[in-house]
Amino acid sequence: MSGSYFQRDRDWHPPGYTPTYKTSVLRSPRHALLSLPTTTSEETGPVFGHDVLGPLDNDLIRNWSQNGGEAIGQRIVVYGRVLDEEARPVRGALVEFWQANAGGRYRHRKESYLAALDPNFGGCGRAITDEDGRYSFRTIKPGAYPWPNRVNDWRPAHIHFSIFGHAFAQRLITQMYFEGDPMIWQCPIVRTIPDRAGIEQLVAALDRNATLPMDSLAYKFDIVLRGRRSTMFENRMEGN
Amino acid sequence: MVQPLRYLKESPSQTAGPYVHIGTNPNWVEITGVWKSDLGLVLVGPDTRGERVILEGCITDGSGAPVRDALVEIWQADAAGLHNSPQERRGRADPAFAGWARQPVDDRDGSFRFETIRPGPVPYPDGRMQAPHVSVWIVARGINIGLHTRLYFGDEAEANATDPLLNRIPEPERRATLVAPRSERDGLPVFRFDVRLQGENETVFLDI
Repeated sequence: MSGSYFQRDRDWHPPGYTPTYKTSVLRSPRHALLSLPTTTSEETGPVFGHDVLGPLDNDLIRNWSQNGGEAIGQRIVVYGRVLDEEARPVRGALVEFWQANAGGRYRHRKESYLAALDPNFGGCGRAITDEDGRYSFRTIKPGAYPWPNRVNDWRPAHIHFSIFGHAFAQRLITQMYFEGDPMIWQCPIVRTIPDRAGIEQLVAALDRNATLPMDSLAYKFDIVLRGRRSTMFENRMEGN
Repeated sequence: MVQPLRYLKESPSQTAGPYVHIGTNPNWVEITGVWKSDLGLVLVGPDTRGERVILEGCITDGSGAPVRDALVEIWQADAAGLHNSPQERRGRADPAFAGWARQPVDDRDGSFRFETIRPGPVPYPDGRMQAPHVSVWIVARGINIGLHTRLYFGDEAEANATDPLLNRIPEPERRATLVAPRSERDGLPVFRFDVRLQGENETVFLDI
């Protein structure tokens, strides 16, 4: 019924060596990748049940609350679907997300940016997709922040995403950006993606129809994982 | 005009960045009380079937410096060669073995260490058996798309010699970069898997 995963389009993804993003220079392999058909080792993957989730895992405004306080910043809802390349929903996918606070400061011991920490904001969340591949969470819009690349580089506002599909071959980490942010087009990390349409795929749309009036704006961010071949007439050994 | 093929494009990858642990191991970076515990810390319990082994190593960059902010995930079959996944069609895997783990490398020396079991063999698509192996996935600041590789066991010389993947590596001398030498410590086999992202003895990475 099903077989190898679709070949990954590595001209659509960023290449390893992207010298304007300086850290990539020493962290990118020089040899070509070894290509091979996916085997059971790659066509399977871990599954996470809803029992791993706590009640506030998809509410970043409240899941690091101290004494009942809420995070400061622009309240937003981020929602979307996890689909495969054939537009089929990926059900039961674990989606993890992390981000800086409204001032662009991460809660991490290696982070030293002078913008203040928010005592009521941790910055991590997670969700598992439903039968239609849907996920959603509530958070505050992260701020831009400077980083030591060129002397005056700033990251656009972004939320990091880590997604588990149904197979280790589908494993993906990416970043979500916000519609209309001029800094998207200036960022060396964004511009590791060769194709403008590829970048646009990571820009979440403001969705006024999903906005909660007098409460939170909403952004829609769909995620696409690799599709899987159907083996209608492929000769395969028994048991594969 | 031909009929359109209505495939979507995969979402492009982006680097995990230096603060990936906030989202994957929040307790490890002192964001405690949000998750009950970080996922993937323990692979083996008292009921897990199979031979206990230790996998350890260090990730280094093109200058030989340790990559101190990497995140490593492993995925493997159980002792009978079955994966604990709904996609596994060949039988039911050991319920006491998840098969998946992850950990941040040590933020001083870039080292990692997994306590797991030796996996059983898994077939290649043409029906040949693959040598026992562990799938490894590495992300970090400066890595734009997660790097897939495999760990093979240094004491499985016979199986490694006929492994379809190892034999597909065009330069035979590079096969050794995927084979972890065995030693012993406290009565347990230890397999040393050093990952070199770039340069001399560069690890073979996979486009799977």
